[in-house]
Amino acid sequence: MSQNLPALLVVVPMMLAPIAALINRSGPAWVIATSGAWFAFGAAVQLLRRVMTEGMIVYSLGGWVAPIGIEYRIDQLAAFVTLIVSAIAAVGVLYARTSVASEIEEDRHALFYAAFLLNVCGLLGIAITGDVFNVFVFLEISSLSAYSMIALGQDRRALTSAFQYLIMGSVGATFIVIGIGLLFVMTGTLGMADLAERIPAIWASGDGDRTIAVAFTFLTVGVTLKLALFPLHLWLPNAYTYAPSAVTGYMAATSTKVSIYLLLRFFFSVFGVEFSFEQMRLDAILMPLALVAILAMSSVAIYQSNVKRLLAFSSVAQIGYMILGISFGSVIGVAAGIIHLFNHALMKGALFMAMGCVMYRIGSVRIEDMKGLGKSMPWTMAAFVGGGLSMIGVPMTVGFVSKWYLLQAAIKGGNWLAAVVVVVGSLMALVYIWKVIEVAYFKRRENDDPIEEAPLSLLIPTWTLVAASFWFGIDAGTTSDVAMSAAESLLGMMQ
Amino acid sequence: MISFALFNYWAVIVLMMVGFYALISRDNLVKKLIGLNIFQTSVIMMYVSFGKISGGTAPILIESGGHGGDGHGVQVAGDAAHAMRDNAEILYSNPIPHVLMLTAIVVGVATLALGLSLVVRIKEAYGTIEEDEITRMDNAA
Amino acid sequence: MDDRVILRVGTKVLSPFILLFALYVQFHGDYGPGGGFQAGVIFAAVFVLYALVFGLERAMEVMPAKVAYACGALGVALYLGVGYLSMFRGGEFLNYSYLFDPEHDPTHGQHYGIIGVELGVLVTVFGVMVALFYAFAGRRRIDT
Repeated sequence: MSQNLPALLVVVPMMLAPIAALINRSGPAWVIATSGAWFAFGAAVQLLRRVMTEGMIVYSLGGWVAPIGIEYRIDQLAAFVTLIVSAIAAVGVLYARTSVASEIEEDRHALFYAAFLLNVCGLLGIAITGDVFNVFVFLEISSLSAYSMIALGQDRRALTSAFQYLIMGSVGATFIVIGIGLLFVMTGTLGMADLAERIPAIWASGDGDRTIAVAFTFLTVGVTLKLALFPLHLWLPNAYTYAPSAVTGYMAATSTKVSIYLLLRFFFSVFGVEFSFEQMRLDAILMPLALVAILAMSSVAIYQSNVKRLLAFSSVAQIGYMILGISFGSVIGVAAGIIHLFNHALMKGALFMAMGCVMYRIGSVRIEDMKGLGKSMPWTMAAFVGGGLSMIGVPMTVGFVSKWYLLQAAIKGGNWLAAVVVVVGSLMALVYIWKVIEVAYFKRRENDDPIEEAPLSLLIPTWTLVAASFWFGIDAGTTSDVAMSAAESLLGMMQ
Repeated sequence: MISFALFNYWAVIVLMMVGFYALISRDNLVKKLIGLNIFQTSVIMMYVSFGKISGGTAPILIESGGHGGDGHGVQVAGDAAHAMRDNAEILYSNPIPHVLMLTAIVVGVATLALGLSLVVRIKEAYGTIEEDEITRMDNAA
Repeated sequence: MDDRVILRVGTKVLSPFILLFALYVQFHGDYGPGGGFQAGVIFAAVFVLYALVFGLERAMEVMPAKVAYACGALGVALYLGVGYLSMFRGGEFLNYSYLFDPEHDPTHGQHYGIIGVELGVLVTVFGVMVALFYAFAGRRRIDT
């Protein structure tokens, strides 16, 4: 059975989704979703272990070998991303039970869990597939389920933001298909390994190099739309603000991360670092956008009065950090981006989950409604502070680790501007996190309705992520080893 | 000079731009979805154009008496390449783009259905499907 | 319900043939153009036609919405089930050659594997199409 683990990782959640929908009862559907997410987590841990010791795992679906059939190719990076996604899904599904029960109507629970499982399946599929068209299929599976989960939010604006996301997401996905099509017509293959072999030859021959360049452009725009890089981020703040809390916590930690993984896959594995960075000068576009994203979105976040929205803008800024790391094009820069991928998933997940707890008790996440919460919901707000410290980049937290690597990368590349921006961005994070903390701890409530602490079923998952963000901040060796070796193999070659 | 030998690609570009323009410029959500659908359809046309080989026939295995296949037309992986060699004189269009677009059509249907159902619910929640009115109502709230 | 006799009788007469044609397309998919996607849509078209002529309520008596939803989920399960079966038999996911015992001719596995998968596609596409139609047609009209 173990040789089929790569397929099982994807098809177990996929199989459980229709079963959850068929049963159509809240409790059993949750049990199914939980078992699916935890199975995926276990499988991802196994796969990462195997990849770290034995190297890349290749699995041919249906026994059809690569150019004819679809291949799953799991290298360190893919295994690492599947681990992030499935870990967050495993924690998120525990959190979802209570949160979903309070925010979504009873008769939609089963469908919600089915959509959740499909989303997990889609994201994991993107991470491990070695076929570019298969990427598109999984991308759409994950996106369509994400749109429908966002639309389940209580506020009617959830509907419009889901619609907006649907339009922009579909345009992004269509751009990706156009890019894939152009690559296919030039190379006659859809396998990533084959593409990586053939593209340099076509580029060098000068015959059809324009098509390759256009394909590159379409893919770049499509993927950056999906990952919400600065000027293309417009769908993200609304979607994260109005989605149900459980969905926001899960999605903020996974979906944009997988899109960044996709960016790495296309630029480094398929096109190759030399093509992307020396011929196409990708860094010349990504770096300014990343810098602007960090500064502009952090300052926008400061002026938000809805904490979920604040965190959403902060997410766009944090995506800027990841892209900044990637845009250095050096091993340590890419590694910094990958580490931040993991770290940001932990801390943003924790922060959004803490906000979900607040939502559960007071039904609002506006800053002015959060007065005095430090006293009445000490554990929730402590979790928020924990995640916030990480966001600022205080030593002993994961945020510090990724900033440290980013600074190192910037200084090694002699890019002082980027180094300054990273530091300034951290200070701005301090401002917007402090805004919330100040109100929660140092302002008194006007009325004296007692507010209880959030239930344990919400607190335990939240604190799991907070604890993880401290654990991996102190013991940074594990993550940075994986990230460094993943970055090396990305920049070196596609084995 | 502009060549019209590749007129289908011109049609692709025109459709793509028509769809994209409708998507960007219209306020009506249903019209936006129509634009999106035209945009996606143009990609289908593009792929199908990629797969066409002049003079090629539909990619259905034509039995070449005695060779390849087991009489049922069912092929296993190893035999497929063998049969292809046998039938080298018959020119087939590339079937892969068609298969890919079958998937893309399904995705398009799913997107459209989800989009329309969101529009229905937006209409129920707001009483309008004009984006500018919705924005005004949201800002007023 | 529509009181035009020609439509009603025509629908009743045509429906079985359309269903049969859907099955023809389905099984023709093994050897040539056709297959589950097209067959599923044709299959669903019968119920859409029936609903248009006889009204949604009567169509829902023939094909309850719950059944349509269940079909949508069951088809996926069937498709994946074939994949799981071949996995339990020792092959890769969806490797049809392993569907039967090793001494069996692997082409038989290929043959039945495709039929199983296509049947899954048929059921899902049919279920989803009917469910979509019901979902949109069942909404009451909103006038501003």
